[in-house]
Amino acid sequence: MRKLLILSTALTTVGFAASAEQVTVMSWGGAYGVSQVEAYNKPFTAATGIPSTMVDSDNPATPIKAMVEAGNVTIDVADVELSDAIRLCDEGMLEVIDHAALPDGADGTPALEDFVDGALMSECAVANIVWSTVFAYDTTKTSGVKSLADFYDLAKYPGKRGLRKGAKANLEMALMADGVPAAGVYDLLATEAGVARAFAKLDTIKSDVVWWEAGAQPPQLLADGEVVMTTAYNGRIFNAAVGEGKPFEIVWDGQIMDFDLFVIPKGTPNKDAAMKYVAFATGTQPLADQARYISYGPARKSSAPFVGKFKDDKTDMGPQMPTAAANLSNALANDFAFWADRDTELSERFNSWLLSN
Amino acid sequence: MKDTGQNTAFVEFKSVQKSYDGVSLVVKDLNLAIKKGEFLTMLGPSGSGKTTCLMMLAGFETATNGEILLDGRPINQVPPHKRGIGMVFQNYALFPHMTVGENLAFPLEVRGMGKSEREEKINRALDMVQMGDFSHRRPAQLSGGQQQRIALARALVFDPAVVLMDEPLGALDKQLREHMQYEIKHLHNSLGISVVYVTHDQGEALTMSDRIAVFDDGRIQQLASPQELYERPQNSFVAGFIGENNRIMGTLVSVKGDHARVKLQTGEVITAAAVNVTTPGQQTMVSVRPERATILTNGDQDDLQTLDAEVIEVVYMGDLFRTVLKVAGNENFVVKTRNTTGQNLLTPGQKVKIGWVASDARALDP
Amino acid sequence: MTHADQPDQGQEPELLRTADGLLLQTALNRVSRRAKIKAFLLVLPLLAFILVSFVAPIGQMLLRSVNNDQFYSNMPELTLWFADKEFGVEPDEMAFTALAADLTFAAKERTAGSVGTRVNYDLPGSRSLFTSAARKAKGLNPPFKDAFIKINKDWVDPELWAAMHAASATYTSSFYLAAVDRKRDTDGSIIQVDENRRIYVQLFWRTLWLSGLIAVLCLLLGFPVAHLLATLPMRKASLLMILVLLPFWTSLLVRTTAWMVILQGQGVFNNILVSLGIVADDNRFELMYNQTGSIVAMTHILLPFMILPLYSVMRTIPPSYARAARSLGATSWTTFRRIYLPQTIPGIGAGGLLVFILAVGYYITPALVGGASGQLISNQIAFHMQDSLNWSMASALAAILLAAVLVLYWLYDRLIGIDNMKLG
Repeated sequence: MRKLLILSTALTTVGFAASAEQVTVMSWGGAYGVSQVEAYNKPFTAATGIPSTMVDSDNPATPIKAMVEAGNVTIDVADVELSDAIRLCDEGMLEVIDHAALPDGADGTPALEDFVDGALMSECAVANIVWSTVFAYDTTKTSGVKSLADFYDLAKYPGKRGLRKGAKANLEMALMADGVPAAGVYDLLATEAGVARAFAKLDTIKSDVVWWEAGAQPPQLLADGEVVMTTAYNGRIFNAAVGEGKPFEIVWDGQIMDFDLFVIPKGTPNKDAAMKYVAFATGTQPLADQARYISYGPARKSSAPFVGKFKDDKTDMGPQMPTAAANLSNALANDFAFWADRDTELSERFNSWLLSN
Repeated sequence: MKDTGQNTAFVEFKSVQKSYDGVSLVVKDLNLAIKKGEFLTMLGPSGSGKTTCLMMLAGFETATNGEILLDGRPINQVPPHKRGIGMVFQNYALFPHMTVGENLAFPLEVRGMGKSEREEKINRALDMVQMGDFSHRRPAQLSGGQQQRIALARALVFDPAVVLMDEPLGALDKQLREHMQYEIKHLHNSLGISVVYVTHDQGEALTMSDRIAVFDDGRIQQLASPQELYERPQNSFVAGFIGENNRIMGTLVSVKGDHARVKLQTGEVITAAAVNVTTPGQQTMVSVRPERATILTNGDQDDLQTLDAEVIEVVYMGDLFRTVLKVAGNENFVVKTRNTTGQNLLTPGQKVKIGWVASDARALDP
Repeated sequence: MTHADQPDQGQEPELLRTADGLLLQTALNRVSRRAKIKAFLLVLPLLAFILVSFVAPIGQMLLRSVNNDQFYSNMPELTLWFADKEFGVEPDEMAFTALAADLTFAAKERTAGSVGTRVNYDLPGSRSLFTSAARKAKGLNPPFKDAFIKINKDWVDPELWAAMHAASATYTSSFYLAAVDRKRDTDGSIIQVDENRRIYVQLFWRTLWLSGLIAVLCLLLGFPVAHLLATLPMRKASLLMILVLLPFWTSLLVRTTAWMVILQGQGVFNNILVSLGIVADDNRFELMYNQTGSIVAMTHILLPFMILPLYSVMRTIPPSYARAARSLGATSWTTFRRIYLPQTIPGIGAGGLLVFILAVGYYITPALVGGASGQLISNQIAFHMQDSLNWSMASALAAILLAAVLVLYWLYDRLIGIDNMKLG
């Protein structure tokens, strides 16, 4: 009975009939989705003859729980964030992926060593890119912005700020803006005093914040002149600035790096093809190729030498990556374990803080 | 109360014209004076302009041109609620969310009348229409006739000098309608108010009115007492609209005084009263009321104008016979005869003569 | 009929029979039964559809709000231990033995995360206790209590055991408690959560208040439009009706985005005011990404739901009522207040209720234009459905919302009467 009932919820996600071997990949759409179609799907189908389809979602992690519980899995590979990958893996919603069976790097490095630290942290997932939450500003409205502290300095840089409506990243950035070094952020945030300090810092700009939710919103808010600075995903700003010529500048100080990973929902009928897809897509060359379309860093070290220019063949992609040495001077890696434990609590607290005036 | 002797008009329309679209006139140059205490009926087919006249008087329509006077004062610029005119609507328009008592209290409340005075007036008005026990009912709980009485009581409760009635009995069945006609007439007589009544039912108009204004094509065709209207219609429209009427077509031969000689299509020449015909040679319609023609089974009678006829059909109607004959080319000439003892029944095909007093035939415009 | 008890009292009234001797009642039943079966078969598809598409999901939602099996179905031994224990009992060695056995099993079945997530709902920060302990569970040796303390001293926290005890119950009220900003203390008594985590009660009130306000605004704006529609000549009325319905044919997102373009700080409205010199360039109105934005956009989007029922009621009110009132001496204002308005109450009630109920459940529009202060309870439900994946919490919130709407409906029935409602 329960399965039947869950089915009614799951029916809202479109069902794809899976007769012959094929792969349906669910990702985030937009420029990022395009990069994956170009760099992964097309070469994969060309190489293996297995058709691959790309489906967009606001967050591909969301439908997995409904589909697995209903026993009606209609996507074979999903592109999810690290904390979601770990949580879904812990809850038994994902297939285990044998990391040792992934192909060696182009330079012969075994896969287990070729991936950057943390990329293979979950036994159910393989990272494909490193992205980061950064902040960016409109160069026609203000200039000379250097650090996260400037983001919080309303006196020196007046104007609205854009922030993602959620606790994640905001609390870490607030502490870094308050002078906490990247290395000490999560230790401090684990204490009540640290959380209070983060909220106190957020309080200082609260009345001037425009909150965003979808990744496409921050570049729009900047373009509309609704905000002079906003936090954003680095790839979205890059595409607006370089791809569309908007006067946006990314500030890398205090960036928070995160992985996007491929996972395979438990019970997919195309498990073998899905495994092949994940192995292919996270190979050295496809990872390097996707960087041609968006400024997200490949999760393999061996891909770095192959990262070339943007699709306009003018812009060098190397310095645009979150992992570029110049951008790493004060960078923070997202602590998935912290958020797996504290997400509920801090989200509630964040929402409560939002409500209070 | 028929005639108070006051000749000054209480309600007066002076050269009133009304157009809705700026292209055609619905009311064309209306002049009408209504005396105080008079029961005047506007009678006519739908679209003849009678209801528009009523609405202009009530204030819901504005005259395009001309003036309307109430008790000597022009009221063109007076809004409806200040005119003090009672009105009874075709569908009664009783407020469905109020009880009968509240409906009647409404016009008194908006005049700021005190509660005790209100109660007294409401009770008197309800008693007047024999609905004293219904004060707490809702309109939906009443029959059509009862609703009609309440509508009447509501229009009278604030003692208006003029009451307008817009086909108030149209929704009732025949029997109830006739009954209500007498009641309204009775109320009018006892209260001494002026009533302007609109209907398309000529029977209703004849029964109730002091005077009737027959409307057609935006004009008053004839304004007269019921008797005058029936006996002496001034044109063929009035003759046809009021009562049953036989028409014989012919050509005017000569007019002498109020007598006219008319040559019928079948060749006979008859005498008739000249009403609105003047020029010899013009087409005319001779009108004869069915009850004024007699079937002569025993040959001519000198004092009557006679014509040959052939019986087509005899309909037995209880109190009278309705005989359809072929007369001077008209195959639908009706004669009504009273059902008396020992009458000889006519049979279809039988050749007879019919006759009438010459002045009962009226030569009118075709 | 209780004649059997008193056999000697009176005689049965003579029962009518049909010509061929059947009891009249029987014959009547026989004839009407066939008609009833036919009627039932006609509505059967609809009934089945409603059962599958409406009753079942609602039932599932209500069930989920009190039943969450993530803990008890994955931790059978510990659940058994909790079964006959009072709330707040200190865990003994038996309990830790059961815990070790369950976690070993959970590690193998990969369900420790699920268990941790469930306990984490009630006791934030405890999820990793389970995932990390499960990884080590296989190597644990008795005495288990000391072994667990060695892994993490939080394992003897009474709050943790209270949370596990609560989660072991098949039916739990903890999601409803959380939905009204309450929780159970370690001794089982109900207390409010910390002030900095209280959101839901405040959000419920805000949702009801804003929905009410939006319904009133829709009424104020929609009433004249509906009146115009009802009184205009047919041809013009149809044209106006198209204008009213046009928003219906436009995507909700397009309409919402249009409002963003108009009302935002650098938007059309503010630009006009600035260029006219009414407001200073650095002092623009903040109409978007706050409560004002939510109210404006939702009022516009919901307006047709007010206009249509009003229109259908007004169309049936003949103009002669107003004329009668005027002829009886009422000014136009009195006529409106005492005659016209009372007769439109069925439409006002239906439109108001419709707009209110729709507004209570809106979430896309407030999510896009509401900023922080324009968020409604449905945004929290969406958050728990999509982000935190705490469906039980989402269900509890939705159930409370449903109950609130039903209470309102009942109130409406008492005050105005459902029979009086006219939807068109």
